[in-house]
Amino acid sequence: MKINSLDKLKKIRNEYQKNVCLRVNSTDSENSDIRIEILIGMATCGISAGAKDTFNAFQEELAKQGVNDAKVVSVGCIGYCHSEPTVQVNIRGREPVLYGNVKKEEVQEIVQKHIKGGNPIEALTLAINFERA
Amino acid sequence: MTKPQAIDVNPSFKENLPKEKFDELDSFVNNLETTRSALIEILHKAQKIFGYLPRDVQLHIARKLGIPGAEVFGVVSFYSYFTTKPRGKHTISVCTGTACFVKGSDKIIERVKEKLGIGSNEITEDGLFTLKDVRCLGTCGMAPVMMIDDKVFGRVKEEDLDNIINSYRNKEL
Amino acid sequence: MVEISNNKKLLRIALRNCGLLNPEDIFEYIALGGYESLGKAITQMTQDQVIDEIKKSGLRGRGGGGFPTGLKWELTKKQKSQEKFIICNADEGDPGAFMDRSILEGDPHSVLEAMAIGGYAIGARKGLIYIRAEYPLAIARLSTALQQAGENGLLGENIFGTDFSFDIYLKYGAGAFVCGEETALINSCEGKRGEPNYKPPYPVEEGYWGYPTCVNNVETFANIAPIITKGAQWFASLGTEKCKGTKVFALVGKIKNVGVIEVPMGTTLREIIYDIGGGIPGGRKFKAVQTGGPSGGVIGEANLDTPMDYDSLISIGSMMGSGGMIIMDETDNMVKIAKFYLEFTMDESCGRCTPCRIGTKRLYEILNKITSRKGTMADLDALKQLAYMVKDGSLCGLGQTAPNPVISTMKYFWDEYLAFIKDVDHPRGEGRYTAKNKIGIRS
Ligand SMILES: Cc1cc2nc3c(=O)[nH]c(=O)nc-3n(C[C@H](O)[C@H](O)[C@H](O)COP(=O)(O)O)c2cc1C
Repeated sequence: MKINSLDKLKKIRNEYQKNVCLRVNSTDSENSDIRIEILIGMATCGISAGAKDTFNAFQEELAKQGVNDAKVVSVGCIGYCHSEPTVQVNIRGREPVLYGNVKKEEVQEIVQKHIKGGNPIEALTLAINFERA
Repeated sequence: MTKPQAIDVNPSFKENLPKEKFDELDSFVNNLETTRSALIEILHKAQKIFGYLPRDVQLHIARKLGIPGAEVFGVVSFYSYFTTKPRGKHTISVCTGTACFVKGSDKIIERVKEKLGIGSNEITEDGLFTLKDVRCLGTCGMAPVMMIDDKVFGRVKEEDLDNIINSYRNKEL
Repeated sequence: MVEISNNKKLLRIALRNCGLLNPEDIFEYIALGGYESLGKAITQMTQDQVIDEIKKSGLRGRGGGGFPTGLKWELTKKQKSQEKFIICNADEGDPGAFMDRSILEGDPHSVLEAMAIGGYAIGARKGLIYIRAEYPLAIARLSTALQQAGENGLLGENIFGTDFSFDIYLKYGAGAFVCGEETALINSCEGKRGEPNYKPPYPVEEGYWGYPTCVNNVETFANIAPIITKGAQWFASLGTEKCKGTKVFALVGKIKNVGVIEVPMGTTLREIIYDIGGGIPGGRKFKAVQTGGPSGGVIGEANLDTPMDYDSLISIGSMMGSGGMIIMDETDNMVKIAKFYLEFTMDESCGRCTPCRIGTKRLYEILNKITSRKGTMADLDALKQLAYMVKDGSLCGLGQTAPNPVISTMKYFWDEYLAFIKDVDHPRGEGRYTAKNKIGIRS
């Protein structure tokens, strides 16, 4: 499929918007298809700190605990190398939460308490100190 | 007194340089749109196929491209990524960039040398490891860093080295 | 809870999508407004309008030199030639810097889009990305991105139904720092030894295979698309009077919050190190920060309030470089740091010109003699003199900046040099020295 005009590009943008609107602004996205999104930083630093294990652990744990409306996405690096692997949890209607140092051992707790229970785990969270242009 | 040099026009197929590998390289070159400005790309491919770039391979490439062997050797010797010596099965690269340096990578590389009994750019007796010191793997956030093949190990401590190296040794058993 | 900053929100432009989207999925990039700048540029703007917009934004090259990007594009456009090239410099050989890798791994499409915009503006049909072989993941993600952009018609023939066609090819480096220098980079792209050429002619006049060529850094490109969509005015409202926008820095070494940050131009080093970086770990004292990698200089406590922009940094004997920042604490010895950098430049000197080839080796030898406590005051004089000779006599930026670490450490940490010298008195014991007054060093 070739995108051969600006209009077509805009049409595709609208079509895919619902996949990402949780990330742009999770507090008011009624039209998002996805309720929960878990973004895992998978650049070289993240991977060397074990992000791949974390990624797999999330998929297993979500299946095990019967959460089927969450999507796990591999993203680039957010720049917090001091706390890799980093994981951002976006839940519709709530502020995004960024976790640092999420090894596979931490995953079960995050799924149980935060994703199912709705209570972020304070001890692991990092402050997000930037906005995006 | 000068004596005429014997130039061997036919590539010498040795045990570690089998004809199939030369054929693979040739077909890669033949499939290139143009060989103009492709020398470095071809050398990358050749190093991937043969593991290193011995004299015979360099001459083969030179003839294939119709350029002097010296030009190929000039490029090979210029770039630190290319090696003319055989490499071990696994390449251990220890980063010696600045960030790793201030976090003590000089000690890490000394310990690795001791453990393997080789210096940098050398190969262990069992042919399993080659040690290289590299300039910055760009994973400075995890300093000190080392890389085995394509896998990066961050925040390496001297105590961890045995475990890391042995995990590769044990793979062979 | 780890406190990163005192609640001041920083604006990310070049890193806007890093950590937000899946770099291997072009549709996520499109969903966030990707490729709209390219569409706008080639369907609604003329080449001159694009160049004008970039010029008005005040964007300066992020690769180190700080050359105005709009002007470089204009100069390339003005050249008469049937073929032109645009090259993305993704060599990032500067040890301790990984901003470009973060961008390429986190948001490869932003670079491709910007290259196409640049290609349109200068009249090039082909772009090259020169990327170092040490970045396997970035290479893989770029290849995926290139393939997806091609499949969707965002690169290739007749983009957006116009008669503008543009293709991008990858070229791999092979581990040579000097290949980051633009003329050396072009030689390396041509498959040759990566030795720099004498300038002029500049690459914009005679570059890749003799055609006009525009070389820009990854981060420079990452700023282009937002400028086109949001306008030059918006971009020019950020930063300082002479340096607009933001800059990405890699904070590494002895600092709590190691990582990549993006701050407005003109932010002071103190803010970066203490507010954003979280200060020095282990309760130790800050000693110095090295900016600009092996080409830059060290900056001590006294200059911590210098705003980070191209000109201020040069005025205190360092340089912006590509944005690596290595923080050192009181346990690091500055003479050894200078020696470390000299060892690097000595190794990486390509050997083309004598001042650099032999000068860096001699500098290293003298430093080695000093750190093994065999040096005399005469050696220090020789070191200083030679440093300026290499700086003034070398062909390319590598040699011209190689002595910077020596010159700046001699200027700010003279005591540490004297502490190693054997023919001066050490009243407070071997290895310690406090000078009564600064011994003349030209600044
Ligand atoms: C020794 C040396 C190394 C350099 N390394 C790099 C590099 O790794 N990446 C980069 O973008 N520019 C590097 N440069 C700067 C380039 O020559 C060139 O100025 C830059 O790519 C231009 O892009 P810009 O206008 O976008 O900054 C280097 C320059 C010198 C002298």
